Amino acid sequence: MISSSVLSRNRLIDKAEKFDLKRFVLETLTLLTTGLILYYFASTATENLVDQGIASGFGFLHQEAGYAIGETWITYSPSDTYARALLAGFLNTLYVTAIAIVFTTIIGTLIGIARASSHWLLSRLSAGYVEIFRNTPLLLQVMFWIALMRQLPSPRQAYNPVTGLFLTNRGIIHTVPVLNDYLYSLILAFIAGIVLATGYALWRRKRLYASGRSLPFITIVLPLIIVPPVLVWLLGSSSLEFEQPVLKGFNFVGGLTYSPEFLALVLGLVAYTSAFVAEIVRSGIQSVDAGQKDAARSLGLRGSLILRLVILPQALRVVVPPMTNQYVNIAKDSSLAVAIGYPDLVSVGNTAINQTGQAIEILFLMMIVYVGISASVALIMNRYNKRIALVEKP
Amino acid sequence: MTALNVAPTDPVVMRAPPIERIGILRWLHKNLFNNWINTLITTALMVLLVILVPPLISWAFINSVWNSTDPQACVEAGGACWAVIAEKHRVMLFGFYPYAEQWRPFLAVVIYLGVLVITALPVFWNWRILLPLWVFGIITIITLMLGGVFGLPVIETAQWGGLPLTMIVFSGQVSVGMPLAVLLALGRRSEKLPILKTICIVVIETMRAIPPVTVLLIAAVIFPIFLPTGFDIDKMVRIVLALGFYFACLQAEVIRGGLQAVPVSQLEAGKSIGLSAWQINWLIVLPQAIRIVIPGLMNHIIQAFKNSTLVIIVGLFDILNATSASVADPQWISYFTEAYLFVALVYFSGAYSLSKYSKYLEKKFKVVSHQ
Repeated sequence: MISSSVLSRNRLIDKAEKFDLKRFVLETLTLLTTGLILYYFASTATENLVDQGIASGFGFLHQEAGYAIGETWITYSPSDTYARALLAGFLNTLYVTAIAIVFTTIIGTLIGIARASSHWLLSRLSAGYVEIFRNTPLLLQVMFWIALMRQLPSPRQAYNPVTGLFLTNRGIIHTVPVLNDYLYSLILAFIAGIVLATGYALWRRKRLYASGRSLPFITIVLPLIIVPPVLVWLLGSSSLEFEQPVLKGFNFVGGLTYSPEFLALVLGLVAYTSAFVAEIVRSGIQSVDAGQKDAARSLGLRGSLILRLVILPQALRVVVPPMTNQYVNIAKDSSLAVAIGYPDLVSVGNTAINQTGQAIEILFLMMIVYVGISASVALIMNRYNKRIALVEKP
Repeated sequence: MTALNVAPTDPVVMRAPPIERIGILRWLHKNLFNNWINTLITTALMVLLVILVPPLISWAFINSVWNSTDPQACVEAGGACWAVIAEKHRVMLFGFYPYAEQWRPFLAVVIYLGVLVITALPVFWNWRILLPLWVFGIITIITLMLGGVFGLPVIETAQWGGLPLTMIVFSGQVSVGMPLAVLLALGRRSEKLPILKTICIVVIETMRAIPPVTVLLIAAVIFPIFLPTGFDIDKMVRIVLALGFYFACLQAEVIRGGLQAVPVSQLEAGKSIGLSAWQINWLIVLPQAIRIVIPGLMNHIIQAFKNSTLVIIVGLFDILNATSASVADPQWISYFTEAYLFVALVYFSGAYSLSKYSKYLEKKFKVVSHQ
């Protein structure tokens, strides 16, 4: 006699095998459909491209681009190749993203702290800021800023609020110190100071962890950073030279110029994203249990130490993962440059598409670059997150 | 022992603490002047407000011009020129839709808002009401906009613009994207189908990493290359589909988060009463998952609403593009602030009400744990 349990087990095995067949069919179907769609697209695309006389492949990268790019970090002229044009655009994307990330973090954090503060008026005003800027489209904000920048007076009637600063419809121009030997030595001294201060801070922490004894921090670190440049200033014989922007013809020559497109893009990105960052920071601060503060106080910690050693480390754990998203968003949103004519990767690539017709290759390159940027930001932030994450006792 | 014999009563309901009644001076002290730092902040903010607010009020209300066909009146008044909105509102709201026919998009917007409000109210959450409503709404709106029947002249989608275009792009991407997002999320979770899972992961992660602008360029420039010659999909439709697909990939991750939060015991309970895999997903897992992630879902819907402005990059005339085109008029060019503020107000009211609605849904569907 066969026991009932064996019977039911056999039935189960039967069922499992049938299930496998179903899965096999499903998987094969998925693979076939995807393959067929891709094959069909590829063959129609080749046919269409041949019909339209558009070359394919990445050979165009070595051809002459023939168009100018407003601002670049590498030397570029219209006679350079498409590859170099796209590289210039890529560097501009990185530049805008980096600048916007720095300012967004600072401003967003400040507003988030203000939003969480007990001060009624401050908290309400920052809430207003957050609601206004995150509930209107970024593109609208960027278009508003560019319209505003272009309404500034022409260079001849430049608005000159303080000496050395000119606001014009060609951008904002300001005086810069000339990079001579003296400025070099000042910068070197400053870097030396920072190296010394970092060294001290690391040594101090090591000692603190080893012996539990704390040495002063600010009173040593600040002088370490300030003294070397001051010494150079006192002992040095020459002084700084400044390069003044001078009006020549229709525009200014000399000084440092920020183009209206660059300013509008950065302003838009910072104002928009910092509203989201402020909410993240606020929720981070409010996520720390009030009991933590009381506990720290009962241990006899000072106010600043409570903030630094108890509140902030716990708030950071909540803040860092969503911040990663915001940083990736800044990189992605910087592509709105194409709407206002700032030469970022998408903008430069778009012109290249219009000239060569090789949309598939160029958009493929763009996608690779953005996937790369997003992945690197995520990688860096995940590393940082791992460092600050809660370490459970084994 | 009789003293403990207490009759069972209703569970004790905790009452809210009494409202603290404090005078205005006490309130001021507590919220604005409770220590020297806050006193300093209050003073600084007050000074700032006194400097900024009066000029703003006189610009916006006192010296402003509300109705004039002549920009010269604005120049003389020196304040805000709201007249630019009165003068240009037809272009801003309806783009280059033929002037005489603009009652059609107007009616379409009214019907659209009506359908949207009815859909948002939980009282009407019933397929027997919503399905016919949406079918009626979509057919009426398309008939009104496109024309060709009942003696209405045909208006090509290339001429559609302004607010109706914004609303079509927004609802289009959400209604295309939501079902797709659920499928992508389920696909990514299907451990038993590794090929399907891999495809879903690759698609979702790639789309999440790239900017929506590149997605639009793909829809506008590359997609036609992939189609056989003579077979052409309308540009607006292509763009709505592409944005919908992008939306779906972002939303899929939110839904996946919800799916992961549903306890395995729920799945097992479904299996134990003999439900099939699809029944378990549709009847048990998904309803709970969606409920958990309402805030995340609504965030992406608000984002989709704001992203509808991106269509101007591929040359569609939504409300933003129509506005910047109308303030390009050299006579009115210096009053772009007022025009953009108007568009900002339109978007703000949309996005803000959606976020308030999200809060309401969250509260309504908050899972109350029963002891």
